[in-house]
Amino acid sequence: MNNVITICQKELKSYFASPIAYLLMAMFAIVFGFFFWNAVGYFVNVSFQSQAMGRSFPMDVNEMIIRPLLMNVSVIGLFLIPLISMRLFSEEKRSGTIELLLTSPLHDAEIIIGKWLAAVALYGCILLISGLNFFFLFAYGKPDWKPLVIGYLGLVLQAGALLAIGAFVSTLTRNQIIAGSVTFSICLLLWVFEWVAGYETSTWASVMGYMSVVRHFEPFSKGVMDTRDAVYFASMIFLGLFLTARSLESLRWRA
Amino acid sequence: MIKVEGLTKRYGRNVAVQGISFEVEKGQIVGFLGPNGAGKTTTMRILTCFMPPTQGTARVAGFDVLEAPMQVKQRIGYLPENPPVYPEMEVEEYLSFVGRLKGIPSAELAKRVDEVAERCSVADVRKKLIAKLSKGYRQRVGLAQAIIHNPDVLILDEPTAGLDPKQIHETRDLIRSLAGEHTIILSTHILPEVEQTCDHVVIITRGSIVATDSVQNLTSRLRGQEAVAVQVSGADEPVIRQRLEQVAGVSRVVARDTHNGLHSFEVESLPGKNVRAEVARAVVESGWNLSELRAVALSLEDVFLELTAAEKPSEGAKQ
Repeated sequence: MNNVITICQKELKSYFASPIAYLLMAMFAIVFGFFFWNAVGYFVNVSFQSQAMGRSFPMDVNEMIIRPLLMNVSVIGLFLIPLISMRLFSEEKRSGTIELLLTSPLHDAEIIIGKWLAAVALYGCILLISGLNFFFLFAYGKPDWKPLVIGYLGLVLQAGALLAIGAFVSTLTRNQIIAGSVTFSICLLLWVFEWVAGYETSTWASVMGYMSVVRHFEPFSKGVMDTRDAVYFASMIFLGLFLTARSLESLRWRA
Repeated sequence: MIKVEGLTKRYGRNVAVQGISFEVEKGQIVGFLGPNGAGKTTTMRILTCFMPPTQGTARVAGFDVLEAPMQVKQRIGYLPENPPVYPEMEVEEYLSFVGRLKGIPSAELAKRVDEVAERCSVADVRKKLIAKLSKGYRQRVGLAQAIIHNPDVLILDEPTAGLDPKQIHETRDLIRSLAGEHTIILSTHILPEVEQTCDHVVIITRGSIVATDSVQNLTSRLRGQEAVAVQVSGADEPVIRQRLEQVAGVSRVVARDTHNGLHSFEVESLPGKNVRAEVARAVVESGWNLSELRAVALSLEDVFLELTAAEKPSEGAKQ
């Protein structure tokens, strides 16, 4: 356990010692800021219209702002996650520091979990920025906070799953660009798989639909936590970390 | 301390190391000597549990690298060919990170970092980013990292590669000063390094050990067969050579060159015979002029070249 913390701390330090962490946070702040501004503007516009038509009941902030915004964050995450995970192992392989880690008295699992936790923690820091925007909704309105919490939980689970896959990909190459591009393609595919399920009913289509990240995230955005979705994310995390462990082990045999 | 038996490592169809065996006693400094690609790094990586052997066993302090890797790793400090440093870290930060990885209790950590930083003369740059350090400093940070947990065994892969002469000298002194408390294996393809720093030498070429002996024995083994350089004038070269070959104890006479009537020869003697006096007498008695007579010692370099020569590696080993 101590070793996991040591590795995790070191990873977080390297994220924040280089511009990567700040760059990702800035990118997210700008993109999410735009989405937020857009959603609130639309909401205000529609509110005025409905008031002009003489309806007096308040509109649902959760349904009209928070939920679509959480879906937006989920998509932005698909782009940010490869940038977070690409350096996890490929950097160590390129610089030779992997020799230090693999010849120190550590279990491979400790290295992998430490690194993965650091990546998830960085993504968590990025998510915190969106909390700042949501804060204004609570300052000027009375949305329900529980769906938002569930939504964040879903975002973290989604990131955990994709980061685990990204960690696996980064053990395969010493080139960060390759690791990043491959992870990005996988993220994108796991997102668009859903489309097939829209018009196809074959077994393959339903399998692809099941694998889609979006389908399993959507209930979270509504504030609904279904065990099936949680199990999906948990098994993706497990699969990704398991493959990482196998790959790291095979690195020893191939090296 | 280290016992390797029948160690073999194959990468696909390539054989990197072929059934090597050797032993290292506690407190010794052993040099792995061999041309590039001979299998030195592979052997070291197996000893450090970085990769498993295909066949054979390797034991460090009684623990097998396959069966008890954690125990082996705790007892080994390893400096790979490129120091495994994180450029974005400060020296002190890096050393305490490695210290924690190696399992040093946090109460002792700061003290150990101070000690190794002092010992490896990196104390003056401890607050600097590793990215800003010169190659020599990085190498020393690498060494400090390897000894931070006070391991029984130190494995150093080409510790002086890429350093300038002054740094090489300092690094060798440092390594020498570490002997005794640590058992050290270092690899190199530089001969003087072995002569100056090591007690024992293991010569590896193309995955096999061709010689293993103490440095003294190995050099004196061929020094027994002394060679004498002779310069003679006053007769034709074939005549002189014929006369020299008749001297008792001479095994071979090689004509080198001729300058202004001065003929140079190299006279090799049988092992254990000193032929210098005999050669001198023969020349003078024949009425020729003896201009030069000196012993030519065979250096470790010659031994090395002889043993690793591409044509006859195995014969060289069996001599």
